[in-house]
Amino acid sequence: MEMPEATPTDPDGDGVQIDLISGARMEDLASMEKIRLILDGVRDGNIVILEEGLSPDEESKLIEVTMTEISPDEFNGIEIETYPRSETADRSFLDRLMGRESTKKLTVIGPANQIQTLHKDENLISALVSRK
Amino acid sequence: MGLLTGLRDSITRVTERLFSASDPKRIGIYGPPNAGKTTLANRIARDWTGDAIGPESHVPHETRRARRKENVEIERNGRTVTIDIVDTPGVTTKVDYKEFLEHDIDEEDAVRRSREATEGVAEAMHWLREDVDGVIYVLDSTEDPFTQVNTMLIGIIESQDLPVLILANKTDLEDSNIKQIENAFPQHQTIPLSALEGDNMDEVYDKIAEYFG
Repeated sequence: MEMPEATPTDPDGDGVQIDLISGARMEDLASMEKIRLILDGVRDGNIVILEEGLSPDEESKLIEVTMTEISPDEFNGIEIETYPRSETADRSFLDRLMGRESTKKLTVIGPANQIQTLHKDENLISALVSRK
Repeated sequence: MGLLTGLRDSITRVTERLFSASDPKRIGIYGPPNAGKTTLANRIARDWTGDAIGPESHVPHETRRARRKENVEIERNGRTVTIDIVDTPGVTTKVDYKEFLEHDIDEEDAVRRSREATEGVAEAMHWLREDVDGVIYVLDSTEDPFTQVNTMLIGIIESQDLPVLILANKTDLEDSNIKQIENAFPQHQTIPLSALEGDNMDEVYDKIAEYFG
């Protein structure tokens, strides 16, 4: 699945595209489809905001795939921010046994050379985004 | 994940742990770049085997391949705990070769190092998902621990139900702030140490034996 081109398009390239992806859009995708969707957007210079974030396993794969795509003077990797994970104590014993985990946390991902986190705490993420 | 699949995976994981109890546990040393992971790995290896694991450096990403030291026998209170130590490359979500240029490294070498560093991080993530039985998470206690990489990695480790010890390293430095690390990860035990100076290693070995023995 690809993100549709932003309309109207930005012929001068002086804007920054932000894709806000709903949890509903992500829920039927396989892990690698989610990662591809994120990285394709980020490599185009877009800021990707996920309503419900990724699971820890998907985050681990996102780091791994990002690393394989880094290339000098072309792509330096990603900046990713989420609110700190809520206390694991919130999960019941059964949830832990079954590997169930609440992953619903807003996540912001962008190209490392275009997004800089200014501040982060449990309730607020403040980021500076620059053009390509 | 379906209910039955989840239950089956959980049971498999538990039984694998039970029946492999006689094999040395593979303990991964994880953390961000420049936290002192290799200094710690070398300290442990030298204390118990006489050999080092790999070169230490102030240049980030000096360790660009996971390195394993097998059968490190740690003696605590009359019993011996045998572990394999896996020293891993520092985890990050970005690598810019230009950062190496600041360390008097020429461009060609910087590009090569950055490529090796990215391969190393990918390798470290793979080890974490597939091949370690426990984690020693090393943090530089002079740095802010509330970073995205630390949050994600601790989350990944917790989701795998791996035992984890958090080490607040570099207590020999003036700016060391152990409390800040304890506050960042209150659900885990934090042990202060200086891997460079060898300070508080007795407590580190006690906890390694307790957590991973």
